Amino acid sequence: MDTQETQASAFDDAIDAPALADEAGAAIEADRAEVEAAFADGAAQTEAQKRQHRHNHLVQAINWNRIEDDKDLEVWNRLVNNFWLPEKVPLSNDVQSWATLTADEKLLTMRVFTGLTLLDTIQGTVGAVSLIPDAVTPHEEAVYTNIAFMESVHAKSYSSIFSTLASTKEIDDAFRWSTENPYLQRKAEIIIDYYEGDDPLKRKVASTLLESFLFYSGFYLPMYWSSHAKLTNTADLIRLIIRDEAVHGYYIGYKFQKGYEQLSPEQQAEIKDYTYSLLYELYENESKYSADLYDNVGLTEDVKKFLHYNANKALMNLGFEPLFPSTVTDVNPAILSALSPNADENHDFFSGSGSSYVIGKAEATEDEDWDF
Amino acid sequence: MSEVVYFSSVSGNTARFVEKLGRPASRIPLYPSDPPLEQREPYVLIVPTYGGGDGKGAVPKQVIRFLNDEENRRYLRGVISAGNTNFGAGYGLAGDIIARKCHVPHLYRFELFGTPDDVRVVNDGLDALWRQ
Repeated sequence: MDTQETQASAFDDAIDAPALADEAGAAIEADRAEVEAAFADGAAQTEAQKRQHRHNHLVQAINWNRIEDDKDLEVWNRLVNNFWLPEKVPLSNDVQSWATLTADEKLLTMRVFTGLTLLDTIQGTVGAVSLIPDAVTPHEEAVYTNIAFMESVHAKSYSSIFSTLASTKEIDDAFRWSTENPYLQRKAEIIIDYYEGDDPLKRKVASTLLESFLFYSGFYLPMYWSSHAKLTNTADLIRLIIRDEAVHGYYIGYKFQKGYEQLSPEQQAEIKDYTYSLLYELYENESKYSADLYDNVGLTEDVKKFLHYNANKALMNLGFEPLFPSTVTDVNPAILSALSPNADENHDFFSGSGSSYVIGKAEATEDEDWDF
Repeated sequence: MSEVVYFSSVSGNTARFVEKLGRPASRIPLYPSDPPLEQREPYVLIVPTYGGGDGKGAVPKQVIRFLNDEENRRYLRGVISAGNTNFGAGYGLAGDIIARKCHVPHLYRFELFGTPDDVRVVNDGLDALWRQ
């Protein structure tokens, strides 16, 4: 065992000081043989083995020139192209607008953003990271590291909004509120439970529901302010977050579907059942959370339509059929057009009467591949 | 005989929507090595939107390649786009770009693989379009 300890440290030497590689290389070979023998004997994992594991991992370099799943590269590129930082958004232009909000409206806004901060914190430090060991390709691992980092950027961007608009006391009060609100704590608890569970597919379900559903009770508010020409720069920042979450939900949902396809019909039924019950559990809590926040300003019913609409999209990201009928997903058109100017009903030929329809409103965005 | 031509990546959202329409449809091939699709009768194109940022790359390369064939363009009667409102002005942008370049109407846009309502509206719309 003595020799093993000595030789094990040779791994570190080889890594830390390449000049000693020859000498260390021999030691590594010897150590490897000993480790194999130890495995054959069924011995418990030694320090040497742990180091070797680390070492082996180090030499399995990710090769982006050999892609197993094209989606990994496509989504990586998309995420990189979408990269942004809160410092680029002129939030200080909202200071005057902030001053026009009532005390209740300010309190609501602070709380909504603190709630979103909590979710982004979870997704950045627990959620996306917990998906890495389940990854099927090294490129999938890399995409999760990108997602995790962006979630941390999102979490930090709320602090930029706070420091621009609010006082230290208001900020501290909001963060205290977030640790005490039972519905917010409950949703964090439900999601973290699944992240720490042992089923990779259930983890992806929980993650997709977080990315594509749980954020939206919060995202509603900046879209509402924007539709009233308030806090418009803050809304621009939130739209960047909303765009990122769509890519995250799409990708994690896609990876979920790849795994789901491999299951037996019985296992598929179990996962599907689990998905709908988790959504229901989260939805019940989310309804209470929304009422707790929005009852004061009379917006709860409007928020719930937005929740239904996004719950359907979360299910679709997982490849499942939408749950809520169109009678309860008729999101306030002002909120929809704050989200996307292309979402209003009369925009397309089939949707409206056709009278408001104009051919070719698009921006000139040329790709060099076009031949005409 | 196909009245719908569509593109769908391996995630298959657009393919799923087209399947629900229950109309004769042809899929634009995914890989450059596949034989190109040649469409020689009137059709509506259904495409997902890529990118989501500045609009560059919004139309999938495979669709551009298909439309670069002048004969394929000749029979195009309209475009339907798939996307996600989360992309803001990028929602269904591929349809806007194709409509402008090919001088055809952008008929409809839907999210992900579409709701039952989307399927109904598009089927009714296509019926009306072909009656014209």
